[in-house]
Amino acid sequence: MSALLRAESLVRTLPLTVPVTLVHDISLEIERGEFVVIMGPSGSGKSSLLYLLGLLDRPTSGRLWLDGLDTAGFDEDALADVRLSRLGFVFQFHFLLAEFTVLDNVMLPMRRLGRLGGEAMRERALGLLGGLGLADQAGKRPDQLSGGQRQRVAVARALANDPLVILADEPTGNLDSSSSANVRQILRDLASKQGKTIIAVTHDANFASAADRCIGLVDGRVSPGWVPPGLPR
Amino acid sequence: MKLQLGIAVTHLLARKRQTLVSLSGIVLGTAFFLAVSALMQGSQADFIKRLVDNSPHITVYDEYRGADVQPAELEWPSAAVQIRNIKPQTEVRGIRGHQQKLAFIESLPGLRASPALVGSVVLTFAGRVEGISLTGIVPASMRRVSTIEEKIVAGSLEALDANPNGIVVGVALVNKFRLAMGRNVTVATSDGVVRSMKIVGIFRTGNSAVDETQTYASLKRVQSLLDRPNRINRFVLQLDDPYSARSVAARIEQRVGYKSVSWLEASEDIMSLLTVRNIIMYSVVAAILVVAAFGIYNTISTIVMEKTRDIAIMKSMGFHAGDIRVIFVGEGLMLGLLGSTLGLALGALLMLVLGHVEIRVPSLGDPTHLPVYFGASQFLVAFGFAMASAIVAAWLPARKAGRVHPVDILRGSM
Repeated sequence: MSALLRAESLVRTLPLTVPVTLVHDISLEIERGEFVVIMGPSGSGKSSLLYLLGLLDRPTSGRLWLDGLDTAGFDEDALADVRLSRLGFVFQFHFLLAEFTVLDNVMLPMRRLGRLGGEAMRERALGLLGGLGLADQAGKRPDQLSGGQRQRVAVARALANDPLVILADEPTGNLDSSSSANVRQILRDLASKQGKTIIAVTHDANFASAADRCIGLVDGRVSPGWVPPGLPR
Repeated sequence: MKLQLGIAVTHLLARKRQTLVSLSGIVLGTAFFLAVSALMQGSQADFIKRLVDNSPHITVYDEYRGADVQPAELEWPSAAVQIRNIKPQTEVRGIRGHQQKLAFIESLPGLRASPALVGSVVLTFAGRVEGISLTGIVPASMRRVSTIEEKIVAGSLEALDANPNGIVVGVALVNKFRLAMGRNVTVATSDGVVRSMKIVGIFRTGNSAVDETQTYASLKRVQSLLDRPNRINRFVLQLDDPYSARSVAARIEQRVGYKSVSWLEASEDIMSLLTVRNIIMYSVVAAILVVAAFGIYNTISTIVMEKTRDIAIMKSMGFHAGDIRVIFVGEGLMLGLLGSTLGLALGALLMLVLGHVEIRVPSLGDPTHLPVYFGASQFLVAFGFAMASAIVAAWLPARKAGRVHPVDILRGSM
């Protein structure tokens, strides 16, 4: 059986006057239900790699298969549709829409997908929020929540359309230690109990300790030596 | 679509003050556009009405257009024939066979015609001399084709039937010669015929040239005065639809042969002036709406700028560029729709107020109202233009929003 996500010789170069190569010939495979952490120093290209794996950005060369789909021939709208139905994102900043309630934020991807009816969407969103301990926050606006709560709302939103993969870019970068531990446990459970594939970029060795596998990245290349000792390779 | 428009409404409601400012721009723009164009249309209609009322819709003259066709030209139509120094044949002046021609013209639908004989005479009174135009008319028939009867301020047109020596003159001539009803004036023709005539009617059209030089007498009297018994040299026509004058005149000319001039042709200079005036007017009021459109552009650009992160996150979660464009064009559409609807209401109110403004022209005694044209077409044009400018104003920032690349924003914010 082939991997859920397979990258082959991914290269991403920014076409500036002096071209900058962010990602250098990276090949990797990630299995269904795996919790993978990408680690590396600042500027090592780990976020850029995440954007490539999340179909937010296109590689300059190399190929990427997601769930058996070869994404090379997809146009912007087709990539957006794949993101909508198969991927979920959590960023360092929560990026919730300030004018909408927590519930509306979680329902937003569902409404765009339009697979569920209004009442079913509401129930599903409330269920997701409840599972993350946010049942009583559904009617509030994002600015009425704490940082940890907002990040959990962002996780609920990423889960809205029941994606195969959750991509997280420094999900605990802005959180205190107890909130960090909470988010880490949530992602861990999503992988172990619900079979979601988690790909997260982090600096935080403590966060990385929850992962099944760590990928070290230096200057856009895979560098196993960069992964701190004691973490799964 | 419902989702995108819902987001659009949320954006607008989140910035109530800015939304209100750009909304009032469109409201005022639409209202002024409507009121000013209604006023211009109204004054144009009023102007044309006066033009049409004061002159015959069509006049058939005892003249021909262009030179006679020469036999040589008939014989060799495709040859380069040129004949110089042609002197026109001497013809008896007047419309030949006018009874039959009048009968033909009157057989056409939607018009009334009246015969007239127009000549130049010299009017003398108390040592003053003035060359005037004397028109011989049949009062009963003339009143059907012209508004002269409405302009009579003393006496009547019918008095010409009762008194064969009667003459109807304009108020300017009366003032100039210090005449009055019942006074006798001397009328002399170029052939030396002199006759005394009695003033039986006075009219005022408001056009000083007409009021000073136009006079009317009975057709029979003018025929004998000018020594042209049983002749006439004009048909004066009035149409039910003045705007068909051009085609009707062409038809009559083709059939009757004599030059037939419609009021449109006679006032071509004024009509082209009106066109120029309309162009100026529409550019000015359109400019108002263009300025209002800048308000919308400004509001939506600001929202796009403030919401760049939201746009990036929506695109990353799977919104298409088209979805994003729909959101922001939808905001412009809503501003335009609400603004132009309120603007039309305000404009209609403005039109009602303007329609009640009284103006007093010094020479005309009775006050008149500002002419305001209430037409569905005005409302449609104002609405259409307001909507079009709102959509264009929204499209530009919307296109920019659609192009936002999530990675650029995400990278920048790290």
